[in-house]
Amino acid sequence: MSSPIIRRAEAGTTEAAWVRYTLIGITLVFLFLFLVLPLAAVFAEAMRKGFDAYCEALKEPDAWSAICLTLITALIAVPLNLVFGVAAAWCIAKYEFKGKSVLTTLVDLPFSVSPVVAGLVYVLMFGAQGWFGPWLQEHDVKVIFAVPGIVLATVFVTFPFIARELIPLMQAQGNEEEQAAIVLGATGWQTFWYVTLPNIKWGLIYGVILCNARAMGEFGAVSVVSGHIRGQTNTMPLHVEILYNEYQSVAAFAVASLLALLALVTLVIKSVAEWRHEREMKAIGNLPPENIKAAPLDLSLKAAS
Amino acid sequence: MRSSSAAAAPAKRRAPARVLPGFKITLGYTLMYLCLIVLIPLSALVFKTFTLTWDQFWAAVTGPRVMASYRLTFGASLIAALVNVVFGLLVAWVLVRYQFFGKKVVDALVDLPFALPTAVAGISLTALLAGNGWVGQYLEPMGIQLAFNPNGIVIALIFIGLPFVVRTVQPVLEDAEKELEEAATCLGASRWQTFTRVIFPSIAPALLTGFAMAFARGMGEYGSVIFIAGNMPMISEITPLIIIGKLEQYDYAGATAVATVMLVISFILLLVINGLQTWQRRHSGAPV
Repeated sequence: MSSPIIRRAEAGTTEAAWVRYTLIGITLVFLFLFLVLPLAAVFAEAMRKGFDAYCEALKEPDAWSAICLTLITALIAVPLNLVFGVAAAWCIAKYEFKGKSVLTTLVDLPFSVSPVVAGLVYVLMFGAQGWFGPWLQEHDVKVIFAVPGIVLATVFVTFPFIARELIPLMQAQGNEEEQAAIVLGATGWQTFWYVTLPNIKWGLIYGVILCNARAMGEFGAVSVVSGHIRGQTNTMPLHVEILYNEYQSVAAFAVASLLALLALVTLVIKSVAEWRHEREMKAIGNLPPENIKAAPLDLSLKAAS
Repeated sequence: MRSSSAAAAPAKRRAPARVLPGFKITLGYTLMYLCLIVLIPLSALVFKTFTLTWDQFWAAVTGPRVMASYRLTFGASLIAALVNVVFGLLVAWVLVRYQFFGKKVVDALVDLPFALPTAVAGISLTALLAGNGWVGQYLEPMGIQLAFNPNGIVIALIFIGLPFVVRTVQPVLEDAEKELEEAATCLGASRWQTFTRVIFPSIAPALLTGFAMAFARGMGEYGSVIFIAGNMPMISEITPLIIIGKLEQYDYAGATAVATVMLVISFILLLVINGLQTWQRRHSGAPV
């Protein structure tokens, strides 16, 4: 890369050194101010009264029940959206049909709806004055101000995450490998499991991890439907809000630090998934041409056996 | 799965593209789940609105406090999205074009606002910018107040919207053909001319898409904003907070009316974003 001829050629398509360093400098300062400082502040505020106070805040029963509720919510919401995401991506990416672009737009819809509106629609459905409110009251089922409402609101907000990740990936990969598998006698399920899934696994992991982060961290929608009953319908972000409004700053930031850790883990897994995917793509790109042609055949043989 | 492969058999006769099984079952499941989770609940909002008379609706959505909140939400989202266009482009440019130490970490960090719960972002930005915070303590003596007023809302929305711009511009910059820039240089263009005349037009659609996404997200944002805004009526009260306020007073009709306005706005923005994305695809596809 550093031969003088190439360097001279590159000079025509890049900036002077001082411009480069200034731009990099501005970028790093901006990102430091807007991303690193807020992240660091969470941990600094949580530790302000020492490690013992931090642990104490997390051991509190209300904090503990908020953590459990958050985990339960994510455990229900993420698998539901995973199944939907794979089904939606399969039918949108693998087939041509009328109204496909409308369907794709509708799948994206929850992204652009304000979380507060998302919570409100479930209150209008299941709340005391809602469509199903009287019926639910008769049968003594609580949805709003209870766990089912929280789960529903979370499912709505995280609805498109996995589908959004998979659709472009599966569209880019095309149908040839799957068609080969079917021609060689694989069932639909075998085709998905042995041919499609290995191809999309990194995208799938990325989608799941982002969906999970949002499910655990959702605030607006959940705050409308939860009713903020301490120890019962408080998720972690809602618990953070209550503690913060009660001026229990250390306790609020202690719970918040767990969520920040979750975000960091999410970013690490995301980066690893991206690098692995890139490396696999590069490995395929580096194969001599005859092997590229052979690759789908190999896979489909495996699927058929 | 057996039934779905059987279902594909007649489809095979109609169109050769549908060799793969599972079309009916996946489409059916997608539509059912979409209706149950998204469409029916959203239609509840629309139907509830129709139970109001026009005058009631109009009074609810044009009250002075509500109007002030529209102006604030719209203005703050617009400013934040514009700031994000400038800095998002800069970040994307630096990440694609230059090499520096720690680039991979910086690249990963850009997604932080996607992964960090909004409430956490809200309290931590507030802690930073309040009078006794790390940043606030230096700004306060200079008379700059960033927390508990509309400035804070803009800051929170910049944080929330940044990755939208970076992540839409970045892939387009990566795919941009260096040959075009080489040609421009050979023809005597300065580097700045090359940027404004050759590079910028090719990334403009992506930039606009990113802007629209950041703007749309800002219009609906709640969690990160309410902590830093101060939430004073008429001054720093955002529209989602108006809905929450009306709900807390059991004014379901009023909340629904305002929510319908927000839903219509997000529909329009969604259509705009979709149109922009189609334009972007055509734009990038055309010269090849």
